[in-house]
Amino acid sequence: MNMDRRKFLKAAGLTTLVGLGGKGIFELVKPGTVEAEMAHEGHGHGGHEEEAGPKVRWAMLIDVMALNKEKVEKIVHTCHYLHNVPNWGDPKNEIKWIWEDEYEHVFPDSYNEYNHILEGMPFLLMCNHCDNPPCVRVCPVQATFKRPDGLVAQDYHRCIGCRFCMAACPYGSRSFNWLDPRVQLEKEMAQGRKLNKRFPTRMRGVVEKCNFCVERLAEGKQPGCVEAAPDVMFFGNLADPNSNVRKILKERISLRRKLELGTKPSVFYLI
Amino acid sequence: MYDTGKVIIGLAIFACIFLFPFLYNHGTAAPQPKPSLDTPAIKALAEKKCVEDTHFMITTHMQFLNDWRDQALREGNRWYVNREGKKVWISLQNTCMKCHSNKKEFCDKCHNYAGVDPYCWDCHYDPNGSKL
Amino acid sequence: MIEKALKGSSVYWGWIIFLLCLIGAGVMAYMYQLKVGLGITGMSRDISWGVYIAQFTYFVGVAAGGVMVVIPKYLHHYTKYAKIVVFGEFLAIAAVVMCLLFIVVDIGQPMRMLNVLLHPTPHSMLFYDMIVLNGYLLLNIICGYNTLLADKKGVPCPRWVKPFIYLSIPWAISIHTVTAFLYAGLPGRHFWLTAIMAPRFLASAFAAGPALLIMILLFVRRVTKFDPGMDALQTLAKTVCYAMIANLFFMGCEFFTAFYSQIPGHMHTLEYLFAGLDGYGNLVPFMRAAIIIGLLGVFLLLVPPIRRNTKGLVLACASVFLATWIDKGVGLVIGGFIPNPFETITEYHPTLPEITIAAAIWGVGGLIVTILYKIAISVREEQARV
Repeated sequence: MNMDRRKFLKAAGLTTLVGLGGKGIFELVKPGTVEAEMAHEGHGHGGHEEEAGPKVRWAMLIDVMALNKEKVEKIVHTCHYLHNVPNWGDPKNEIKWIWEDEYEHVFPDSYNEYNHILEGMPFLLMCNHCDNPPCVRVCPVQATFKRPDGLVAQDYHRCIGCRFCMAACPYGSRSFNWLDPRVQLEKEMAQGRKLNKRFPTRMRGVVEKCNFCVERLAEGKQPGCVEAAPDVMFFGNLADPNSNVRKILKERISLRRKLELGTKPSVFYLI
Repeated sequence: MYDTGKVIIGLAIFACIFLFPFLYNHGTAAPQPKPSLDTPAIKALAEKKCVEDTHFMITTHMQFLNDWRDQALREGNRWYVNREGKKVWISLQNTCMKCHSNKKEFCDKCHNYAGVDPYCWDCHYDPNGSKL
Repeated sequence: MIEKALKGSSVYWGWIIFLLCLIGAGVMAYMYQLKVGLGITGMSRDISWGVYIAQFTYFVGVAAGGVMVVIPKYLHHYTKYAKIVVFGEFLAIAAVVMCLLFIVVDIGQPMRMLNVLLHPTPHSMLFYDMIVLNGYLLLNIICGYNTLLADKKGVPCPRWVKPFIYLSIPWAISIHTVTAFLYAGLPGRHFWLTAIMAPRFLASAFAAGPALLIMILLFVRRVTKFDPGMDALQTLAKTVCYAMIANLFFMGCEFFTAFYSQIPGHMHTLEYLFAGLDGYGNLVPFMRAAIIIGLLGVFLLLVPPIRRNTKGLVLACASVFLATWIDKGVGLVIGGFIPNPFETITEYHPTLPEITIAAAIWGVGGLIVTILYKIAISVREEQARV
C-alpha cells in the first residue's frame, strides 16, 4: 500500500513537471510557435507556401536611399500623432516609436572606415518585431507577446512595468513611461497639438513601443508610416513568396540589425 | 484575566476606530444615480439597445469589457457577434463611446456612486471631450 | 518569543527609532514616486534599471551567503557553528525581504504585481526568481524559528524541520543562480552575457554574506553577553577569504576573455567601468577602488595574525563587503547598460528620493536583523545562564 502510494506520487509529480515545464522549454526554444499553430486566416495573395509555418509574417522594408529629412519628419510625426506619443523633449523621459539615427549607431558593428556612403544617411529605427523576440521570452506576465502573424504586441493593461523587456531588447526599441504621458500631452495640446481621438494614450509605469499599427491592420489599412511615405516604407507578408515585400527583397540589397543575435528581425533596410 | 481594565479600554478604542466610518456616514447615503442615456447618437437610434440587452450590460459590462479587451488586443479578433447574430466592432473608444458619448453622465456617475475607479480611463478617454 | 524584542536598553530603542525614521522618510519618498512615477529616479530610457535592481541583486547574494554556515553545520556536523547558524538564517530573512522590497519599488505598476501569479510564465526568469525568493524566505523562517525555539526549550530540533534545512541548501544556491540568469541570458548586453555570471555571483555572495555576518556577530559579542565563539568566526573568515579569491579570479577571467579576444562589444563596458570610455567615466574611481579594497581584504584574511586580531578581522570583512558591494551593487547592473544598443553612452545619476527609498529598504533590513537578533541573543543569554 505504502509503496503503491509512493509510486503514484512519483508518477504524478513527474507528469506535472513535464506538463509545467513542457511548454516552458518549448517556448524557450522558439517563443510563439505554439500560438502560430493556432488556426488563422491567411492574408496573402496565393497559396504558395514554401515551408510549414505561419501563413502571415508581417515585415517592414525601409528604402534608405529614398529617405530624406523631410520624409523622416513626416513619418515620425504621423506615427507619433496616430498613437498619441508624447514629445517629452528630453532623453531621460522620452518615448519614441519610430525615430531617426545614423548608420554607425544603427549598425554599430558594420562600420566601414574605407567607405562613407552610408554615413550621414537617415536611418529609421523602430521595433523589429523579431521572429524570435527576447522581450517576449523575458516578460514575466506575457504583457508582450508574439501574435500568430509575427507581430510583437504589447498589452498595456497587463504590463507591470518591470522593464525586463527593455534590458532584453538588443535594439533599444522600447520606451518606459517614467512619468504620466497625459501630463505632457495636455501641455502639448495647450500649444496646439491634436490628439488622435480614435486611439488611447498610455499610463505611467508601463512599457510601450511600435505596434506595426495593429489597430489599422485590423481595419484593413496600411501602417501609418507607409501611408505617410509610400515610396519609402513597404509593408507586407514575408511568408508569402509573391508578396510585395518578397519581390523587393529579391531585387534589392537589404540589411537587418544585429542578425548575429538570432532574433530574426522583420524590419529590412534597403540600400 | 490579567489587566482587565486595560484590555477593555483597548477594545473600546479599537471598536471606536473600526466603527467610525460607519457612524460618520450614517444617514448621509447618496441617492442612487440614474445614468443618463440622453446622447444624440442614442436619440437617433430606432431601437434603444446596446450590443447586448440592458440587464446584461448593467450586470456584466465589467467582465464583458475585460473579455472584449483580450479578444481585440491579444487574440486579434476585432468582431463581436452578439446574441442576435449582429456583428459589432470591438472597441471601447470607437464603439462604446460613440453612443455613450456622455462619459460623465453615463460612466462616472455610477462608478462614483459605487466607489470604483476603473483603470480604463488611465489610457482610454472620451473622444468627444476636449480634455484627456 | 517576540516579546524578547520589546525589552531593551535605551541605546537599543534609540537605534530602533533611528531605523523607523529612515523608513518613514523612505515611505514618504515612495508615496511621491507612486504619485508621480519612476521619473523621479535617475533612471532613463537607456539606463532602465538603477539603484533598486542593483541593490536587489546584491542582497540576493547576502541572503544566499547564509548557507555558508548551514552547510558546515548540517552536512559536516561542524558543531562550532551550532550557536550561530540561526544568525545566518535570520540575516537571510532580512536580506530576502529587502530583495522583495527592492523589486516592489522598482516596478512601474506595483498594484498589478500579482499578474506574475495570475499569468504564470515559465519562459521568464523573473517567474522563477519570484518562486525561489519567496520559497527561500519561507524556508529560512521555518528553519530559523524552529531551531531557535527548540534551543529555547532545551530540546533537540524537531525531526520534521530537518528536510527543510537540507532543502534550504540547494535553494540558497538556486536564488543566486536564477538571479544571475536574469542577466546572463539577454542577447545584446555583452557585459552580462557570460556563462560564469552565476558562479561569479555565488562566489561574491559567499564572500559578502558571511563577511557581513562576521561583522555583526563581532559587534554582538562586544555589546552583549552572548559569545558566538571566536573559533567559529575564524572558520567563517576563511570561507570569506576563499570565496573572495574565487570572486576576484572570476573577475580576472572576464577581463581575459574580453581583452584577449579584443572583441569591442566585450571590452566596452569593462573599459567604461575601469578606465572610462569616450570621455565618460563616472564609475571609474569606484570600480578601481573596489579592486584595490577587494585585494586588501583578501590580503588581510590571508595573514593569520591579522585575521585573528578582532580589529584586523573587522577591517578585512568590511573591505570584502564594500568591494563586492561596489562591484555587484553598483557596477554590474549600471555597467550592463553602458554603452547602450546604439553604442552611445548615457550615464546614470541616482536622485535624492531614489536614494531615500533605497536607504529606507536598508532600514527595513536593519530593523528585521535587529529584532530577530535581539530575540536570538536573548535566548542564547538565557541558555548561558542555565
